[in-house]
Order: sequence, then structure tokens, then C-alpha cells
Amino acid sequence: MARRAQPLTLAGIGAAGLVGALILGTAVAVLAEAGRGRLGPADWAALRFTVVQAGLSAALSVGLAIPVARALARRRFAGRGLLITLLGAPFILPVIVAVLGLLAVFGRSGWVSAGLQAVGLPPLSIYGLHGVVLAHVFFNLPLAVRLILHGWQAIPAERFRLAASLGFGPGDVARVLERPMLRSVVPGALLVVFLICTTSFAVALTLGGGPRATTVELAIYQAVRFEFDLGRAALLALVQIALTGAVALAALGAAVPDGMGAGLGRVVARWDADAPMARRVDAVWIGLGALFLLAPLLSVVLRGAPGLLDLPGAVWAAAGRSAVVALVSAALAVTMAFAVAVAVARLGRRSGRAVEATAMLGIAASPLVIGTGLFLLTFPAVDPVTLALPVTASVNAVMSLPFALRALIPAVAAAERNHGRLADSLGLVGWRRHWRATLPAIRRPLGFAAGLAAALSMGDLGVVALFADASSGTLPLALYRLMAAYRMDDAAAAALLLLAASLALFWVFDRGGRGHVEA
Amino acid sequence: MRFPLIALACAPCFALPALAAEEEAQTLTVYTYDSFVSEWGPGPAVEEAFEAVCACDLNFVGVGDGAALLARVRLEGERTRADVVLGLDTNLTAEAAATGLFAQHEVLDVAWDLPVVWEDDMFVPYDWGYFAFVHEAAFDPPGDFRDLASSDASILIQDPRSSTPGLGLLLWVEAAYGEAAPEIWAELADNVVTVTKGWSEAYGLFLDGEADMVLSYTTSPAYHLIAEGDDSKRAAPFAEGHYMQIEVAGAVASSPNLPLAQSFLRFLATDPVQSVLPTTNWMYPAVTPEGGLPEGFETLIAPERALLYPAGQVPEIKAQALDTWLGALSR
Repeated sequence: MARRAQPLTLAGIGAAGLVGALILGTAVAVLAEAGRGRLGPADWAALRFTVVQAGLSAALSVGLAIPVARALARRRFAGRGLLITLLGAPFILPVIVAVLGLLAVFGRSGWVSAGLQAVGLPPLSIYGLHGVVLAHVFFNLPLAVRLILHGWQAIPAERFRLAASLGFGPGDVARVLERPMLRSVVPGALLVVFLICTTSFAVALTLGGGPRATTVELAIYQAVRFEFDLGRAALLALVQIALTGAVALAALGAAVPDGMGAGLGRVVARWDADAPMARRVDAVWIGLGALFLLAPLLSVVLRGAPGLLDLPGAVWAAAGRSAVVALVSAALAVTMAFAVAVAVARLGRRSGRAVEATAMLGIAASPLVIGTGLFLLTFPAVDPVTLALPVTASVNAVMSLPFALRALIPAVAAAERNHGRLADSLGLVGWRRHWRATLPAIRRPLGFAAGLAAALSMGDLGVVALFADASSGTLPLALYRLMAAYRMDDAAAAALLLLAASLALFWVFDRGGRGHVEA
Repeated sequence: MRFPLIALACAPCFALPALAAEEEAQTLTVYTYDSFVSEWGPGPAVEEAFEAVCACDLNFVGVGDGAALLARVRLEGERTRADVVLGLDTNLTAEAAATGLFAQHEVLDVAWDLPVVWEDDMFVPYDWGYFAFVHEAAFDPPGDFRDLASSDASILIQDPRSSTPGLGLLLWVEAAYGEAAPEIWAELADNVVTVTKGWSEAYGLFLDGEADMVLSYTTSPAYHLIAEGDDSKRAAPFAEGHYMQIEVAGAVASSPNLPLAQSFLRFLATDPVQSVLPTTNWMYPAVTPEGGLPEGFETLIAPERALLYPAGQVPEIKAQALDTWLGALSR
């Protein structure tokens, strides 16, 4: 590809640089405040546990996502679009809601245990490493399914036609078409899930059953709250960033770009998957996936529905603020992600990877350290309360950038590969080129990325807790406040409102991206 | 400097309007924890009552919980915008005092209704409670920690590293058993269903039936009784006594509004504040209001022994107790 000095490439490098500066800068600001820091053996134990549980969670989430995504990719049925949207819900739920939903199903007095007891078996024990992994699979399976589904959908319909006309069986299709696609998509999906799980804290602690399940983020909490040892907190954050960077570079290096070539974007027909056996296998995978992901959501809905209409006005106001923050944050995230994706596609493989890895840092940043660092940097100049919402929107954007990138980078690369030469020959450059050639080709992942960023921002407590006060709180914060005031029923209703609002935001963007084309 | 003079003149009285006439519409900024300022907490009532007498603007800023509040004030240091910090507890006051940020209070003539003698000259108590394990009325609770450890009762507790009640339990076992605390924790380990980040998660799980008992306060059943008309919750009396939490407020020494801050501290001990605390913060008032405690509080258990470490000893004890706890529960 010819190298052109492109403003958007520079913008992409700049965006990645900003992310790096925010993540590293805040950690360094905290370290500077402390002067020095030291890590103890308990911190290394926390790091070990973090890596083990994140590795297991990533492997299992992505491993299970492959058959589910394949089934969804090759089946058409009524309600499929709705199901795909709903399946995304666990990923955007605030931790506390998801944990309560999960325990309503898998807990000691949950549905599964009740069923077991009805037939005379002991109740399920969910607490332990397996509980942590189960919860993380619940959170991340949907994301992995969507990322891999995008990969399947990116295989042009013409390939499957050709395969069918050559008399390919399912095994041949898997070898020639599906495996190369998976080789390019799976490392990125593994990376994202692994990194999300490294920052887990409340989930790991609650379902891990106690301090055995201490992650790096909990160690950071201990350093800040229990010991006020900012130096240690900053060092832990830096260790986490180093881990993220290293894993990101390794995973991105392992990804093999596929060479599917271009298609006309017509509906994929799968002659290879018509066998009754294949149909049944797919139905089982879709059914299991839906049951596992939707049952806890159902419990959230059942618990919250009775109180929904009686929610206090303050909760609705908080929901409004959250929605505004989510929209701003989504716009920021998608703009940055598009610029970074273009830069990654244009730059050489090595520097492209470096830009991408830097932009991924947001995923593994400790919200507590970012919040504290931003606070230290801004406090002398401005009243933190006035900054609450802008800070929340920007930090949420940075934290959802990695997810947006996972969806956009392969899409932009493919668009460049497939339509780049044509655009070159037509002399399309700059914004006109992206408007005419790139954006139409990446509509679907773009909508998905925007929806994801908006929904994540809606559900994320993130750094707002350090800045907000009662009048500028977001919906997740209102939910926590309700719980702290014993109002568990109101909190359950607020959780349902949050779930509905997040899903609605996600659906609007995602649907907008899919347009009238059958997804 | 006219403030110190006014402060001296006004300290024992409530001559706030005079003060306000001199200084037009002062703003008193009070940092507190989140749940204090939420519309379900005491914040709104306290604000209204104080503004009615001070001719000032009372501005609450909610910051996480007690420990987050102290961390925030430490981060801000001398530059803090807070005039008053409300919501620290006796487990945090030694560290708070060591920052040198707080002024001595002048609330000396109040007859506190606390189970212990109040001698702190920097922080003023406003409410207090006992930690306790809360259970359903139908459940037959153990009578002390040894009993609990040898039973198969399941409990939900909070992590002392991220939660105030979690730290309270750590100190409770330490105060009740001292040298034998590691042994108690080792035996309790199999009763602990799980450890949560904060009180809300644990209490939510308890209400969903995940365990027989949850670490909370002796006053928790009062919420269900008074606010929900549900008398199905009980707190289990433990023979060793119950560890206390006393919540306090302090004035920031460098505040330009120090006299107003001092009068706010004094105001905290009066009826308009004390009478709303039991049914908003669900704690005992530091001074029993004229009308007595709300109906329903008489049903609560009254521990015979109150356990509380002197504030100065807490930092050392909690560090060592945390090691014990981590050791016992990480196995």
C-alpha cells in the first residue's frame, strides 16, 4: 500500500498517544505524589491469581464463543436479531447487578440449586476459582461471540458460493474458509477478554469466595484505602499496564491477517451447513448460549419490574445524565477508534501494532488509579465536582476504545485491502475517500462499536465516584446509593432501568449500523 | 483577622445570625460519604435545619465511604475546599488526626449518650452503632464466635480492605479474642460463604438467601421493621460483646470559615440532626433526642459489652489483624 501523508493517520497516532499519556500519566502522577513505592509478596500473589483467572476466563469464553458464533452465522430464524442484541447484555451490566443476577441462577438458593434439591441433590457451590471463571464467561462470552460473528460475516458470500460449486463439504469449508478467518480474529478476541478480566475486582472477590481471589485491582484498593500507600498503588498500576502492553503485543503478533478478498456484500447462503445433524448441533449451541446468558438477565427483570414505575425522580434524573454521558462518550470513542484503525491499516505492521497496543491500554487501566491521578492533576486548578461528567465521558471513551478497536481494525483493514486500489485509481483521498469508500464498508462494525461504547459508558461506575457528588451522580452511582440506604427493591428497579437503557442505546446504534441489510 | 475573635465570642452560643450579618452568605462545605447526602440519607434534613439557623449556604460533597473520604482529604491536604469532614469513624480518626489538617473542637459541654466515655478533642461524634450478624427470625443463631465457628451456619462478610464493616469485624474478633484471634479465624473460614467488596453486596446477597447471616449492624432490623413493616430480621447477640462504630465529624483547621464550621459541629449534637439520624442513617444518635428513639428501636438487641479500641491503637492493630485474616482465609 502506498504511503500517503494522511491527516487521519496522524490523528490516529495522536489518539493512541493521548490514551497512553492518560493511562501512564495518571499512574506517574500518583507515584510522584507518593515519592516512592515498594511491592510485597502479596502483590505478586495477586498478580499471579490475576493472570491465571484471566487466562482461564479468556480461553473458555472464546472457546465457547466459536461454536455459538458459527451457529448464529449460518442459521436464520425469527427473532435472531433480537437474540443477538440481548446476548450482548451481560457485557454491559454493572458488576453488582450481574453478580446478583448470576447468583439468582447459580447461587446457593438460586434456580439451579433449587432444581438440584428438588431431585435430592446438594445445592451448587459457585464460590471459588470456578465461580470467578463462570462469571467472567458470563460477562465476556457475548463480546467474544459478537467479535467472532463479525469475522464470519466478513467472509464474502461469493466464497461460500464457490465452495458450494466446488462440492466442498463442511470439513473443507472449515479448513479453507473458517480456520483462516479464526486465525485472524481469535487472538484479538482472546486478548480483549483476557485484559478485561485482569481488572476484575468485585466479581473475582465475591465469586472467588474470599481473599484467595485477590486481584491486582483489589491490591490497589488496599494500598489506597487501607494503607494510603499511593506509591504502591501506582506501582501496581504500572505493573498492570506493563502486563497489558506485553500481552497485547504478543496476541497482536500472533494474529494472521486473512486473505478472503472482496465481496459484494450479498446475503450469505450456506449450502455446506444444510445437513440435519449440523442443524441440530447449531440449535443446541444457540439454545445453551441463550439459556446461560439470558436466565440471569431474566432474574434481573423479574426482581426489578415491580418497582420500576415507583422509582424516585432523582433516579430518572441520574438516568438522563448517564444517557448524555454515554452519547458523548460513544462519539469520542468511535471517532478515536476510526482514526486509530485507519492509522493501523496504513502504517507498517510493526508500528501499526505499537499504535494498536497503546490504544488497548485503556482496557487494563485501574479506574481507581486513573481517578486518583486525574484528581491530583486537576485538583489544584479546578473544582473536581464541576469536572465529574466531562471526566466520566472521556475516561469511559478511553476505556471502551479497545472494544471499538477490536471491531473496527479488521473492518477498516479489509475495506482498505478491498477497495483501496479502486479508491486510489479514482483519486479519492482524505475525508472524501473515507466518506465514499471506507465508511460504507464498515457500517456494521461502526454501529456495533458505537453501541458498545455507549452501553459500556452507561453501565460503568468507573472514575465518577471520586469526582461526583449527589447532584451529578450517574445511574450506576444512584443504584449503589439506593443499596447503601437498604432500598434493595428500588435498587433492583434501578438495575432494570439501567439494563433497559444500556440495551436500548446499544440496539439503536447497532441496528443503525446494520441498516436494512439482513445481519 | 476578625474570625478568631468572633469564634471566641460565639463558641458557646448560637449567635450565628450576627456572624452572618458580618459576612454575607457564607458557604460551608462539608465533605461526607455518599449515602449521607443521598436523598434517602440524613443530608437533606440536616441541610435544611442548619440553613434555617445559620443564614449560610450548606454545601454537602459526597465522596465514596468513610475510608475514601479520608483518602480524598489526604490527597487534597492543605488545599482542601472542605470546611468540615463528616463521616469518619473511630477506626480512622487516629490517621485523620495525624494529617494535622483538623482543628480542635469546642463542643465540650454535651452529655453524650454513648456506651463509652468520649474524650477526643478533635472529632465530634454524631451517631454510633454495634456491628452484628443479622439473620432471619426463623434461624437459630449461634451465641458467640466459637459457637459460630463450630456450627455449620453460613455467613457473608465484607473485605476489610475495601469496606468499613469488614474492618469492624476484623477489630471485633481481635478485641474479643486477642492472641486467640488467628485460631478463631481459621475455624470461621469454612463458615464464610464469600467476602464482598462492600456492605451493599453482602446485604443484597443475604436478602437473596445466599447465607444464614450477614455482617451488618444491630440496628439493621429496625430498617425492615420501620420502613417496610417487616419484623422478620434479627441481630444475633454475641456473648463476647459487640464492636462499636462511632461516626464523627471534624473541622478543617485551615478553613477560612472555621467559626462557622465549629458551630456546625455543635449543631450536629442538637435535636434537629439527632432526631433524623436513627431513621435515615439507621444508627443510634450520639445524643438521644427529646422525643426519645423512634418506635421500633426498643425491639433491638442491647449488647451487654461494648468493644472499642482506643483510636490511637487502631492503625497498628488493624495492620496485624489484616495479616491474620488474610492468612486464615487464603488457605
